[in-house]
Amino acid sequence: MASRPGIDLAALRARHPQQFAGFGRDRQKAIAFAAAAFLLLVAGMAQLGFFSGKLITGLAKLGDVALLMLPPDPGSWEHAGLYASSLIETVAIALLGTLSAAVLALPLGLLAAKNVTAARVVNFLTRRSLDTIRSVDILVWALIWINVVGLGPFAGVLAIMTSDIGSFGKLFSEAIEAADRRPVEGIVASGGGRLLAVRFGILPEVFPVLASQVLYFFESNTRSATIIGIVGAGGIGLHLSEAIRTLELQQVSFIILMILVTVAAIDLVSNQLRFALIGRRGRTA
Amino acid sequence: MSSPLVQLPEAQLRPLLAAYDASVRTRRWHTLLIFAATLIAVGLSTIPAEVSPVLLFSKIGNFTSYIDRLLHLDSGAAVWTDPVEWYWGLWRWLRLLGETLLMAYVGTLLGAIGAFFLCFLAAANVAPGRWLRVAVRRFCELCRTVPQLVFALMFVIAFGLGPVPGVLALAIHSLGSLCKLFAEVVENIDMKPVEGVTSTGAPWHVAMRFGALPQVLPGLVSYTLLRFEINVREATVIGFVGAGGIGMDLLEAIRKFYYADVSAMLVLIILTVSLIDTLTSFARHRLIGLVEKH
Repeated sequence: MASRPGIDLAALRARHPQQFAGFGRDRQKAIAFAAAAFLLLVAGMAQLGFFSGKLITGLAKLGDVALLMLPPDPGSWEHAGLYASSLIETVAIALLGTLSAAVLALPLGLLAAKNVTAARVVNFLTRRSLDTIRSVDILVWALIWINVVGLGPFAGVLAIMTSDIGSFGKLFSEAIEAADRRPVEGIVASGGGRLLAVRFGILPEVFPVLASQVLYFFESNTRSATIIGIVGAGGIGLHLSEAIRTLELQQVSFIILMILVTVAAIDLVSNQLRFALIGRRGRTA
Repeated sequence: MSSPLVQLPEAQLRPLLAAYDASVRTRRWHTLLIFAATLIAVGLSTIPAEVSPVLLFSKIGNFTSYIDRLLHLDSGAAVWTDPVEWYWGLWRWLRLLGETLLMAYVGTLLGAIGAFFLCFLAAANVAPGRWLRVAVRRFCELCRTVPQLVFALMFVIAFGLGPVPGVLALAIHSLGSLCKLFAEVVENIDMKPVEGVTSTGAPWHVAMRFGALPQVLPGLVSYTLLRFEINVREATVIGFVGAGGIGMDLLEAIRKFYYADVSAMLVLIILTVSLIDTLTSFARHRLIGLVEKH
């Protein structure tokens, strides 16, 4: 190390002026922005009551709660059977909700896609309605459907269906708009009508993409279906919230464990199916 | 043959056509099989889910009349004829919506800060240790698989009613999902700058700071904005379990059949969510545009 020549900073600076020019306005702007975001964070935490001492006592209490949850224990075999059957109910709700939403959303997706439906007014109106449906949370839909068909899993199916129509309609229309135009032109050139163009020009190309989106939503809907029971729309959520409210914490951890295993199993299966549909490269898409 | 098309001799053509037919036939069979399997799964699912189309058809009138009731004041007039009466609680609702937005902001940012520190430990290409990486990944999976409302319910026990448990639930869920996305961004970087910095003898955190961070920052900010959008929606309902925001009032109004209040709050929520959506997607497109310009 001793033999290393000293660095003549002044000479270096003279030779490469750009490298020493500092970072300019962009960097100052970024730093100011980050500082403002951080200040807003601290102010927000103060406003929401984070610094009122509640946090410390709460954290201590949370530690107690976590200790009481161990080990997971359903209490009795009867309970375990009950939880298992309502978990099956949960998966059934997710499956039916997702599939019916997909079936109903396909025509809406075609109406919202600019390359299929030429009328801009129809595009616009369909899109806005889909946006509105999506802005209302699934729990609110569940409460509305409970008013219509009564408490129980059927309300959950309808809630998942309604809220997914919004998401599917948007995703489907985007997938359809990204489709290659040439097959459609070929069919139109050989005398096919609009309907035939959609059937043979667009559907074969977008179908794998749509199917993989449906599978992905099935996964995430299994998670949603576990919570809609909290408002009374069927599934495991009812037992979960009951166990939390009555502080049966070992049962809580048992139910959570069951949910985790189920979700992991469905993840695995649907990932395999998705790879089979669109190949590994579609993993990040 | 006078056709300009070159036709293969019959003997060569027949096996080719047969192979084509066979491949089409197997594909048809596969499609039919998948279709049948789906139908069977649907049929089996209708039993535990208590699906009843008859019930739906007989009660669908309730749905339209519910929407109709949402749009009428107690006096029977349509809501838009008397906006002052409709929005009698505007200031309270706006304050609650403000609280909801603040909860989403704080929750997203806390989660993003946590995920930022964890993602370098969880990325396969730069993680300092294999076991540490697996542990971080499992932890994040746990954070994002347990539903947000379940965390909120548990935190309400520990912290009492109010926005603090809601924010923490949002933060934990954001931490889990952002950490996964952030780690994917880090895994996609060009490793040469990191190797360059490491070769000068710099420790790991310096290599991350100067080799990896400049490459990943726009991606991380973009994902955080997307998460903020999602969390605004989530924050509107996290109050259903008593964890702050407009959800508490909304649930009360739905349960007590204050129809006009429900529609008033829903309209406010829809407007706010669309506004936030527009703003964040504008910001994200600008961010991505900036990156591509450089």
